[in-house]
Amino acid sequence: MSANEYYTDGDPVADTKAPAGPISERWEQRRFSGRLVNPSNRRKLRVIVVGTGLAGASAAATLGELGYRVSNYCFQDSPRRAHSIAAQGGINAAKNYRNDGDSVHRLFYDTVKGGDFRSRESNVHRLAEVSTEIIDQCVAQGVPFAREYGGLLDNRSFGGAQVSRTFYARGQTGQQLLLGAYQALERQVAAGTVELHTRHEMLELVVVDGRARGIVVRDLVTGETTTEIADAVVLATGGYGNVFFLSTNAKGCNVTASWRAHRQGAYFANPCYTQIHPTCIPQSGDHQSKLTLMSESLRNDGRVWVPTERGDERAPGDIPEAERDYYLERRYPAFGNLVPRDIASRAAKAVCDEGRGVGPGGLGVYLDFADAIARLGEDAVKARYGNLFDMYERITGENPYERPMRIYPAVHYTMGGLWVDYDLQSNIPGLFVTGEANFSDHGANRLGASALMQGLSDGYFVLPNTISDYLADGPFEAVADDHEAVAAARASVNERVEFFLNNDGDRTVDSFHRELGKIMWEYCGMERTDEGLRKAIGLIRDLKDEFYERVKVPGTGAELNQQLEKAGRVADFFELGELMCIDALHRAESCGGHFRAESQTEDGEARRDDERFSYVAAWEFAGEAPVLHKEDLEFEYVKPTQRSYK
Amino acid sequence: MKLKLRIWRQPNPEAKGKMVSYVLDDVSEDASFLEMLDVLNEQLIADGEDPVAFDHDCREGICGACSLVIDGQPHGPQAATTTCQLHMRKFRDGDIIDIEPWRAGAFPVVKDLVVDRTAFDRIIAAGGYISAPTGTAPDAHAAPIPKQDADAAFSAAACIGCGACVAACPNGSGMLFMAAKVTHLGLMPQCQPERATRVLGMVAEHDAAGFGGCTNTGECASACPKEIGLDVIGRLNRDFRKAAARAA
Ligand SMILES: Cc1cc2nc3c(=O)[nH]c(=O)nc-3n(C[C@H](O)[C@H](O)[C@H](O)COP(=O)(O)OP(=O)(O)OC[C@H]3O[C@@H](n4cnc5c(N)ncnc54)[C@H](O)[C@@H]3O)c2cc1C
Ligand code: FES
Repeated sequence: MSANEYYTDGDPVADTKAPAGPISERWEQRRFSGRLVNPSNRRKLRVIVVGTGLAGASAAATLGELGYRVSNYCFQDSPRRAHSIAAQGGINAAKNYRNDGDSVHRLFYDTVKGGDFRSRESNVHRLAEVSTEIIDQCVAQGVPFAREYGGLLDNRSFGGAQVSRTFYARGQTGQQLLLGAYQALERQVAAGTVELHTRHEMLELVVVDGRARGIVVRDLVTGETTTEIADAVVLATGGYGNVFFLSTNAKGCNVTASWRAHRQGAYFANPCYTQIHPTCIPQSGDHQSKLTLMSESLRNDGRVWVPTERGDERAPGDIPEAERDYYLERRYPAFGNLVPRDIASRAAKAVCDEGRGVGPGGLGVYLDFADAIARLGEDAVKARYGNLFDMYERITGENPYERPMRIYPAVHYTMGGLWVDYDLQSNIPGLFVTGEANFSDHGANRLGASALMQGLSDGYFVLPNTISDYLADGPFEAVADDHEAVAAARASVNERVEFFLNNDGDRTVDSFHRELGKIMWEYCGMERTDEGLRKAIGLIRDLKDEFYERVKVPGTGAELNQQLEKAGRVADFFELGELMCIDALHRAESCGGHFRAESQTEDGEARRDDERFSYVAAWEFAGEAPVLHKEDLEFEYVKPTQRSYK
Repeated sequence: MKLKLRIWRQPNPEAKGKMVSYVLDDVSEDASFLEMLDVLNEQLIADGEDPVAFDHDCREGICGACSLVIDGQPHGPQAATTTCQLHMRKFRDGDIIDIEPWRAGAFPVVKDLVVDRTAFDRIIAAGGYISAPTGTAPDAHAAPIPKQDADAAFSAAACIGCGACVAACPNGSGMLFMAAKVTHLGLMPQCQPERATRVLGMVAEHDAAGFGGCTNTGECASACPKEIGLDVIGRLNRDFRKAAARAA
């Protein structure tokens, strides 16, 4: 029986690809049991890879190297501009180069626990195993990781981990990893194995006889829509944090590719699991178009506080020590300013809700370096965080050496995504999903520096192995351009484009997106309640109706039309936003990034409910009322415990 | 603050473009430059006009998408700052601001302020990589790299591929972009086997793509938002001379 009227229950779903047996042998076993494709046959098989971020570029390059024919798409003007480029902090790997007790098993354990026991043990173990190969691969490509004086790779501890397993390249790790993958990709372009299509947007998935067989794309410069047919389709299209309008994601990040696949039958898993990052620069006004992340590493030396009294308007320097509340140190004496992201975020919201927030609108808390500067000297602080301080000053016009930074939480990452099995294959045969676009490895909360690891693990090592088991049945029957399914997919794209261009509206796409984002942030953000989520579903439905009535898209379809691009993305965000609220409403427990106010301990900490909710929620599209398929989670190796950071 | 903007409008690659003036009455000094353009576009759409097309994505200075010449300077007046990181507090009430696309033979205009920079990707495809097929790598610690080399390689690798160097160069040369990649890879021990073919391939592609030659004016380095220095060009020239002599 479904728990509320917004959805119906379906049959359970199971991951049938993960082998049984000892966990450390499962990946080895799966690689052995999966069928291979003879090198001379690979040339006859075409794979479409949508996305050129870490997960897409690495997969496209590797499949090209193996001899498959690859078509690779992105909406930016160059593959190198995918959003992965913006990742700052680092990438985890269980190399144990520091000899500080790290191991594959410890990374596995930390990731399962960090995900608050809502991920699959088999997947996470594989991720930890593969992590070490990623670093080798990237170094071989020339990624300039930070090094020590002896010439060996440097590591740091990240996000409260007890071991130093994070590899980094100054504050630009994502950039350097992506350039490595991009260069490998361009090498394959030159070799003729990969065809690159930039400024192209996938707007529909083509499913023929139950298999994913192609995509419909729009050339963003000419406006032409075309169809490409292949033997398999890989979506590496990133996360959906921009449903909130304001997030740390790049402006172009969107859910369209995943959502179109979802509407064609692919399950969407755990959409409500979103990660809110505690250290972002607060909003400065209504013109705000995105939020900027300040690296988590700042919390190693900065102290977080707000005034003890509400409505204290004094400048921070005029507030004496005794009238400051270092609330993280007070509430979590063991971890202090280094508590996990979700806890730090919620605590900031709580003090702001009490009216003790600082800066415009009272939506900010101080991150103060005065003690660190007194202890280490300004030069040492500059050496550690100089770039970040400069960035802060550029954006706010305030000097953080003299005045504490103001920070506030912002949406950062989405753990949910298309449901995939151990092979990274969705429930539509032939549709594979990698990187942030799938739901697979982080459970209800992702650890810092683990998204880059997962993207590259999926793209370099997992997918190129698992996809061959599927492709071994190919090449599949040719599909004509006038095939019923192809024509229908293309017609649906064209109809949508025509609709937007001809709608006699009077409101801009952005104005709707902002309003949707506010609803999501208010009711499906850091703290969620039964009442609020029900309200949000109503508000989203009303706003969606208004969107279709009043949205105004200027220009034509036969040109570069950035408003038209946005309109399609926002239309899909409306439907996703509703599903996120339904998922959040049905999951009446708190876990990881999902905090339900009804499920907390007496002192305000999250309470997980393993009895009722130890499963993956995989949603099937069915118009207004989606169908819920549950995949039960079992924990053989890491016993579920309640997290405690007191 | 109140601003007058003069913006390059060009509906498509074939059309002749022109500067068009717009007035914005109430710009917040906390807004970024691109947020100011967002406000303009919202206003244009409301007035039934075509909004201004411009490239952008990360809006935090790392993806290299944004590309505006502001008052004659690629990425505008603030040093080491991309257009998306530039904030309106750098301007004064009543300012007249000119906004144009990158202008270079190898970067044709697509629409308004959007240009085609795929020539950069082709230069990378012509040799800007290390051949290291997935799965063939030795342990990451097999070959230590002196810290100063790794740091210098990183500084060159920090290039975001925006093309400001080309837009700033009177010859429209892509030398700084190309030299940054040659320098990054050239400092890595594992890339020595391809060092000669890399530089020959990249330079040939650079010239074929219609970029101009380098006459050491140094405008590229002053415009670079990532402060990549002219020393990388010296390195490329040395590598090129050696490789060409050996190939001859
Ligand atoms: C500011 C910031 C800092 C971060 N720092 C870290 C960090 O330090 N460590 C860490 O581990 N993680 C970090 N993350 C998270 C991490 O960067 C991302 O999760 C990861 O890079 C996602 O990679 P991806 O390949 O899955 O997707 P992306 O890099 O987002 O790539 C998506 C690709 O899909 C393409 N695409 C999307 N839709 C379509 C479509 N419809 N048609 C055609 N193409 C399409 C895009 O063009 C792009 O090429 C950070 C995230 C942010 C926002
Ligand atoms: S928008 Fe990414 S660098 Fe400016």
